[in-house]
Amino acid sequence: MRKTMIESLWRGPLTEPAPPVDEAALAELAASVNRAARARLGRSLSIRHVDAGSCNGCELELHALSNAFYDLERFGLRFVASPRHADVLTVTGPVTVNMREALLRTYEAMPDPKWVVAIGGCAVDGGIFSGSPAVVGGVKDVLPVDITIRGCPPSPRQLLAGLLALLNA
Amino acid sequence: MTTTLSHTSVNVDGWCEAVDRLAGGSLTLLSLWADPPDVKMALLDEAKGDISILSYACRNGQYPTVGVKHPPAIRLERAIRDLHRLEAIGASDTRPWLLHTAAPYEFLAAEGEALHQIAVGPVHAGIIEPGHFRFTANGEYLVRLEQRLGYVHKGIEGLMTGATLDTAAKLAARTSGDSTVAYGFAFALAAEAALKIAAPPRAVYLRALMAELERLANHFSDIGAICNDASFSLMHAQCGILRELTLRTAEACFGQRLMMDIIVPGGVARDIAADGAAALRGLLAEVRRVFPSLIELYDNTASLQDRTVTTGIVKPEYARQFGAGGFVGRASGRNVDARRLPGYAPYDALAFEVPVLTAGDVNARVWIRIREVEQSLSLVDQLLGALPDGSIRVDVPSRGGEGLSGEGLGIVEAFRGDVLVWLRLDDQGRAARCHLRDASWFQWPLLETAVEGNIVADFPLCNKSFNCSYAGHDL
Repeated sequence: MRKTMIESLWRGPLTEPAPPVDEAALAELAASVNRAARARLGRSLSIRHVDAGSCNGCELELHALSNAFYDLERFGLRFVASPRHADVLTVTGPVTVNMREALLRTYEAMPDPKWVVAIGGCAVDGGIFSGSPAVVGGVKDVLPVDITIRGCPPSPRQLLAGLLALLNA
Repeated sequence: MTTTLSHTSVNVDGWCEAVDRLAGGSLTLLSLWADPPDVKMALLDEAKGDISILSYACRNGQYPTVGVKHPPAIRLERAIRDLHRLEAIGASDTRPWLLHTAAPYEFLAAEGEALHQIAVGPVHAGIIEPGHFRFTANGEYLVRLEQRLGYVHKGIEGLMTGATLDTAAKLAARTSGDSTVAYGFAFALAAEAALKIAAPPRAVYLRALMAELERLANHFSDIGAICNDASFSLMHAQCGILRELTLRTAEACFGQRLMMDIIVPGGVARDIAADGAAALRGLLAEVRRVFPSLIELYDNTASLQDRTVTTGIVKPEYARQFGAGGFVGRASGRNVDARRLPGYAPYDALAFEVPVLTAGDVNARVWIRIREVEQSLSLVDQLLGALPDGSIRVDVPSRGGEGLSGEGLGIVEAFRGDVLVWLRLDDQGRAARCHLRDASWFQWPLLETAVEGNIVADFPLCNKSFNCSYAGHDL
């Protein structure tokens, strides 16, 4: 174990510079976010994630945000286990009929002020799954959405660019 | 071994005889699904290597139960009831499965002194898929786990009905994102069998190349994540690097990190990038440089071994009964791999071993993955060395042409086990009915058995060592 750790020390960090902030997400956010609320939150945000029906592809790339290359936490963004500790709710997937209630309850458990980020093509409008009787639709059909990050699935860089907009609005 | 595939229409006697053979253990259930008004069963005779698909025409929407004598069919029967309103007569469990109703769900009882229940989910801590686990515990010890799934049920099979081949392939590729290559591959095999066409040799090799990259990426993240659930984050961080390098190489070769939608009926949608082979060789070299020290780290860390050895044991007889594939089956003595049986190109032309262990614990499931990483590295080498030239795609007969209707079966080894796709095309070449069966269908129930007698705190470890798909199961 010591060898692996020492090697990592010598090698230097793999972490890459941040991508430029997603301009579209920034514009979207500026329209929806109260600046006073933003000032109170500062530059540290806790994120709670809910998979509301995703194929799990988006989850794989969200996981990648925590690896050595993207290192999400250096920006003050971190995933938390409880909605009660969260400022931001990220949601993937079309919202299924079976997950609608759980998604709503998670959102309601979060303290104000709070933001919702819809991640992936399915979360925007149901994507390829829209029209199914088992699917309610996109996240916006259930919750107010502040930012959308498109892609199937969005790459970690796209996810990072979108989430950084939360800190730069 | 040459696998033969037969289709048979059976009456009640034929159906019940097959059920008895399943219960007796001489056949393995590959899947059970409805193509109304018929129900169908895919059966594997592992000794002979033969696959048969039995078709039973339901009378008044009813068919004789399989699940009462052969429990692996229970959840499949419940799903058929939810989605197609066909009843398994004599079934012991008629609770809904994929469709959730407003009525409270009746969990199975566990009786005894000092038992308490712990309800977890559907929303879990962490970035994972939703599902509900109902634990019954005596102090720290688990007495019973019952899963309730279906939360990410999107009606994929329903959306496929009547869809164009193109749309159906895209839906198949989004059944379980972590196995998107395997699903694309299995769907393409099923479609090509139905259309009686074959992908060109170069496409066949590129498909396998992507399938092995997907296996590597997932095994890396699984090995790391299992260790992380034993609070050994160093392995998680190191394995996360290997996964990221694998996905970046996939992007360099095929333009997309998860390689979604690249396998299509008829071949592959794009060729490997000009510098793809060099990128792949670079990846192999890096993995071969780093991975052995990580295996050593896993093997020599006593505190980690203390968590994984003898934890979450799947008994070999259960693995056999459920026909468990992937690392769950192979860690519990099952010498199975869809790349061997039924087998498909190009694996018949490649040399690889199928690792098998018998301990059945979390540790064994880690070791199967480690050995499979080594095999996949060798396979990528072989595939690159023998990559044929030529076209990458044949034309799929267009609408209105001859020979568009037909049935096809595709079985592919995804990283977690066998993926089965059965497809019936209508005379316009559209998907009339498609059934997708993830390996998780037969692994989830084994997780319920594996955690019995373990402490609550070891559940995440057991669960991660299975890494069953919720999306692939819930459809």
